Amino acid sequence: MEKKWEEMSPDEKQEAMFQSWLSPKDPEGNDLKFKSPEAEKLFKERATRIKDAIQMKKLPDRVPVCMFPNMFPVYYSGMTPQEVMYDYDKCSMAWKKFVLDFEPDTHMGCAAPGPGRFFEILDYKLYAWPGHGILPEHGYQCNEGEYMMADEYDALIQDPSNFFSNVYLPRVFGALEPFKMLPSLTGILEMYGVAFNFIPYGLPPVQAAYKALMEAGGEALKWAGVVGGFDGEMATLGFPQLLGGFTKAPFDTIGDTLRGTKGIMLDIYRQPDKLLQALDAITPLMIKMGVGAAQMTGNPIIFMPLHKGADGFLSDEQFKTFYWPTFRKVIVGLIDEGCVPFPAAEGGYNSRLKVIRDIPKGKTLWMLDQIDMAKAKEILGETACIFGNMTLSLLSLGTPQDVRDYAKKLIDTAGKGGGYIMANGAFFDNVKPENLKAMVDFTKEYGVYK
Amino acid sequence: MGGKLVKLLADLKEQEALEFVEKALGKGVDPMNLLWDAKEGMKIVGHKFASEEYFIPELFFSGEILKGIVKLLEPHLKKEDETERLGKVIIGTVAGDIHDIGKNLVVFMLDVNGFEVVDLGIDVPVQKFVDAIKETGSTVVGLSGFLTLAFQSMKETVDAIKEAGLRDVKIMIGGGQINNQVRDFTGADAYGKDAMEAVKLAKGWIGG
Repeated sequence: MEKKWEEMSPDEKQEAMFQSWLSPKDPEGNDLKFKSPEAEKLFKERATRIKDAIQMKKLPDRVPVCMFPNMFPVYYSGMTPQEVMYDYDKCSMAWKKFVLDFEPDTHMGCAAPGPGRFFEILDYKLYAWPGHGILPEHGYQCNEGEYMMADEYDALIQDPSNFFSNVYLPRVFGALEPFKMLPSLTGILEMYGVAFNFIPYGLPPVQAAYKALMEAGGEALKWAGVVGGFDGEMATLGFPQLLGGFTKAPFDTIGDTLRGTKGIMLDIYRQPDKLLQALDAITPLMIKMGVGAAQMTGNPIIFMPLHKGADGFLSDEQFKTFYWPTFRKVIVGLIDEGCVPFPAAEGGYNSRLKVIRDIPKGKTLWMLDQIDMAKAKEILGETACIFGNMTLSLLSLGTPQDVRDYAKKLIDTAGKGGGYIMANGAFFDNVKPENLKAMVDFTKEYGVYK
Repeated sequence: MGGKLVKLLADLKEQEALEFVEKALGKGVDPMNLLWDAKEGMKIVGHKFASEEYFIPELFFSGEILKGIVKLLEPHLKKEDETERLGKVIIGTVAGDIHDIGKNLVVFMLDVNGFEVVDLGIDVPVQKFVDAIKETGSTVVGLSGFLTLAFQSMKETVDAIKEAGLRDVKIMIGGGQINNQVRDFTGADAYGKDAMEAVKLAKGWIGG
């Protein structure tokens, strides 16, 4: 008899998750019908190649190769980011052309541009996007700010969810500003007094905010249909989706989303204890976010874009005190539920290698950007599969031969004995297509393990 | 008594530094001397950053302490007290890019190290850099950019400066994905990996 989920070890959970990833289903829950037996064979080969590289138990047949674009597919298809943010079918077409032309081992979905109208309905403040502070031909960019004030740590620590719903959302979405009038739902306890809690829902501004919310939900659903359809179609054509969901390191959640870079950096000095408490308070939420996504998508690989722990941002001591402990808890929490955390260390991470190697073997995938890969392989490569390091400057400005030379170096050092996936180091917009092609084709040819 | 405030700022003792300034003002110490000491303290912060003893939190925090000190000193400073500057540096995030955290740190470190900084802000059109050089007579320009689209914008900015006949200015670039390969592509004179390297480059070109 099959073991129940709760009785399984993290190893068994991971294996079960990978098996579900290797056996995709259609939206009705039946086994996916591939376009051809060849597509099915390729899908299994590609997914197995990635799985073997990550688990580090079995040598893959060759170094897998992935591409993690930002807006590149849009430019490559002759469109603008504005077009694909407002026409979801065009977005899906651009990403499809990108995957089919280059044929990497996986794709990353076409969710990156996001639904423009949705952001418009809610009047999203955290980002500027084409037509809203950005030219049509450029991708969206972050408007970092203090969306949580320095004196609001207690409110966040005591009730993070309520802080998000009643304080953060009204600040970051113009249309949801009336949500600051909402009650805390934990006041709904018994017959007497229940109705008092519902008074705000009768107020016209709150009702207008809910109307906007429903409209935004409809738009999100429309967009998700296209994005989900894309993943399904790519699977039928033999390309597995690498990403099963996403979550963040708690320090980045507070630093990127709530306090801003300057805010959190000052908190390290002015209120370190509050910051540490808040990091602890949101850690279980970050774990739940990743695990929930993996269980919904049936794909264990959970992406974690890292920002404020890179080389040069924090001292070793600050990294070990403020960044790493709760980040590690999220990593371990995800692993315990069978997930494969996929942190992306944009920028440099050279000084962090010895700290971050302290994780269970064969359970994580690390995207590395500007790093000494030989060192990364030696230190982090013992416990984790490493991914990336093809630099954006090389892909943008180099020649295909430069790319092949560098790819050879990566395969010879990082690829040695498995545990490496060839890819770009950070997300790319404008790079030379012939350079991407050189990276993919050369890896397929030279990266075969004999 | 000069040394004390220098050290308090360099050691990031916010409360003590502010109290020291308040007391010193009460005792009739020349506010210009206090400001000079505070800036000396900031220079030490810069050196500690360059030698990787200090990192981003210390840059922001020292900036806040300095801001607090200047606020205390301001009512006591006369207009003509403005110290002499080493030279003018124009800084901006190039067209299409709205990232400003790195740029702001560069502006701040140049300022505390004695330069007059003309901060053009973010998403700065090519022509605005050209106009600023003409208007200010500045001899150093810093181009900042976080995204890969900045490579092209930087190149276009450098080209436009050249076309305007102003290429005797020195141009430095910096940002997340910038390296010497990007410097070659853009035609800039130098690339700096952080705010203190920008100060070093500016000093090399302007002196001081």
